[in-house]
Amino acid sequence: MQAAVLGALLLAMVWLVANVQSNLERQNINSGFGFLSERAGFGINQTLIDYTEDSSFGRVLTVGLLNTLLVSVLGVFFATVLGFSLGVARLSSNWLINKTAMVYVEIFRNVPLLLQIMFWYFGVLRNLPTPRQAVSFGDAMFLSNRGIVVPAIEAGSGAGWYAAALAIGLAAFIWLRRRARLALADGTMMPIWRPLLMVTVASFGVAALLAGVPFSLDVPALKGFNFRGGITVIPEFVALLLALSLYTAAFIAEIVRAGIQSVSKGQREAAAALGLPDKTALSLVVIPQALRVIIPPLTSQYLNLTKNSSLAVAIAYPDIVSVFAGTTLTQVGQAVEIIFITMMIYLSLSLLTSYAMNRYNARIALVGQDA
Amino acid sequence: MSDPVIRINKMNKWFGNFHVLRDINLNVAAGEKIVICGPSGSGKSTLIRCINRLEAHQEGEIEVEGITLDGSLKNLEDIRSNVGMVFQQFNLFPHMTVLENCTLSPIWVQQKPKAEAEKLARELLARVRIPDQADKYPGQLSGGQQQRVAIARALCMNPRIMLFDEPTSALDPEMIKEVLDVMVELAEEGMTMLCVTHEMGFARQVADRVIFMDEGEIVEENAPEAFFSNPENERTQLFLSQVL
Repeated sequence: MQAAVLGALLLAMVWLVANVQSNLERQNINSGFGFLSERAGFGINQTLIDYTEDSSFGRVLTVGLLNTLLVSVLGVFFATVLGFSLGVARLSSNWLINKTAMVYVEIFRNVPLLLQIMFWYFGVLRNLPTPRQAVSFGDAMFLSNRGIVVPAIEAGSGAGWYAAALAIGLAAFIWLRRRARLALADGTMMPIWRPLLMVTVASFGVAALLAGVPFSLDVPALKGFNFRGGITVIPEFVALLLALSLYTAAFIAEIVRAGIQSVSKGQREAAAALGLPDKTALSLVVIPQALRVIIPPLTSQYLNLTKNSSLAVAIAYPDIVSVFAGTTLTQVGQAVEIIFITMMIYLSLSLLTSYAMNRYNARIALVGQDA
Repeated sequence: MSDPVIRINKMNKWFGNFHVLRDINLNVAAGEKIVICGPSGSGKSTLIRCINRLEAHQEGEIEVEGITLDGSLKNLEDIRSNVGMVFQQFNLFPHMTVLENCTLSPIWVQQKPKAEAEKLARELLARVRIPDQADKYPGQLSGGQQQRVAIARALCMNPRIMLFDEPTSALDPEMIKEVLDVMVELAEEGMTMLCVTHEMGFARQVADRVIFMDEGEIVEENAPEAFFSNPENERTQLFLSQVL
C-alpha cells in the first residue's frame, strides 16, 4: 500500500517536471543557469559592490543579496535593542513608561507590516522637501525626498597603516582583557584601559608619522537638481529599515517581557535579600535565566524579519526579490530557476541563523534541569 | 536583656484591604533565637520578610542594627548586607554553580576579590557539609543539599542576623534533619536567628522564645518549655493540639 502511494507520488512528480519542460520549450524559454553570466542592462540605485548596467545577472543576484543582508542585519540589531528596552519598560513600575511601551507594542504589532513600510515611504520620506529645499545639518548632511546624504571619508594611499594601528589596538584590547580576567581569578586587579590607551595612541602616532593624514572628507553639495558627492542613504532603505525594526521590536518586546516574567519571583527576592541592587539582579540573575525562554521565539523573529524584508518590492528597495526575482525574472523569463535560487538563498540564510541561535541556546541551557 | 538588634514598634501592614500584620511589637536581642509558628495565613512569613524589607510595612517602626527601615536605598543596602535570608523554595540561582551562587553577592555587593570570596565560600560550604559540591549546579543536588547551599550563600555575606522562612517545609522527611543540624550548629555559634517553622523539636532544642501568631497578631510568646507545656491562649492550645 505504502509502495503504491510512493509510486503514484513519483509518477506525479515525473509528469510535473516533463510538463514544465515541454511547456517551457513550446514558449521558447531557455532553461539552465546560463543566464547568470548574461548582461543585465538595468541600473540599481543602491549597490554595495561595483555594479553597472553592463554587469551580469549573476552580479545582480549578489547585489540584491547584499542589500537584503544589509537591511536584515541592521534590522535585527535595531529591533533587538529597541525590543529589549521596550520589554523591560513593559514591566516598569512607572505607570507612564509601562503604558507608553504598551501602546507602542499594540500599535506596531497590530498594523500590517506592508502598510507600515508604505507609511514610512510614501507617507513620510517621499513627502520631505526636494533636494533644493533640503533640510541641512551644518551644510554637510542633508535630508530630502531623495534620502539622507552624509559626508564620506575617502581613504588615500597609506590608509593601510591606520588599519594596522586599529588592528593592533584591537588585539591589545583582547589580550589585556584576557590577562585581567585570568588575574582576577587569583584575586588581583589588572589595569585594562590605561595600557590600552597608551598602545592605541602610540600605534596611531606611528601610523601618522609613516603615512601623514591620508584621509579626505567628501562633503556632498547641491548640483542642479540633486546632490553630488558624499554617501546617499536612499529613502527606500530608510523606510524599509524603519518599518522592519519598529514592527519586529514590538514582537521582541513581548517575547522579552514573557521571558522575564517566566523567572520566578523568588529569584528576584533571593537577589534582593543578598543585597544586589535591582539593575545587577536584572542583568546577572533574571536576564540570563530569561534568555533561555527568549532565544527560541527570538530566533523566529529574526527569521521573520529577514523574510519580511522581501516586502521591499512594494517600495522598490533593490533587495534580492526586487532585483532578481523581480526585474531579472521579467527580463529573462526563467521563473523556475530564478524562484528556485531565491528560495534556496532564503532557506540557507534562515538555516544559518537557526543554527547559530541554537548553538547559543545550547550554551546557556541549564545544567541538571530540563530546559 | 542587652540592647535589641531588632526593634519592631506598633508595626502594621496591609495587602490592599487585607490587614496582614496588626500592631506588631517585637524586640530581639543579639544572639537570641526566636521561632515563629502559627497557622498558614497568620502573617508569620510576612513578618520576617518585613525585617529585610522584601515587604514594606505601612505603619510603625522597624529598626535593625540601629538602622531604621524606611524607603531610603542606603539604609536598605546596609540592612540587607547584615541580614541573611533562607527561603522555603531555596531560590538558588539555577544558571550558576554552587560556588558562583555563594560568591555572587560578596563580589558584586561587598566588592571582594574573587579569590577571597571563593575561599570564604568553600569554607562555608564545608561548614554546611557539602565541600565537594562547589562546582555542581543546583539542579544536580538534592533538596536538602540545595537548602544547605542556600544557608551557606546567605552566610557568605557575613550577616549578623539570619531569617529562615520555613526552611524545611519543601523537603522530604529524610532531608529535614540534615538542614536542621546545620541550623542548630549555627544557633550554637551565637547567630541571631528568626525562624518561621513548624519543627517543634527544633524549637524546643534551640529557641530562646517561641512566638505564636494568628490572624496577623502575636497572640502569645514564651520560653519553649512554658510555651509547649502550658500554653495560655486558647488559639495556641488549639494550634498545638493539631501540630504536636
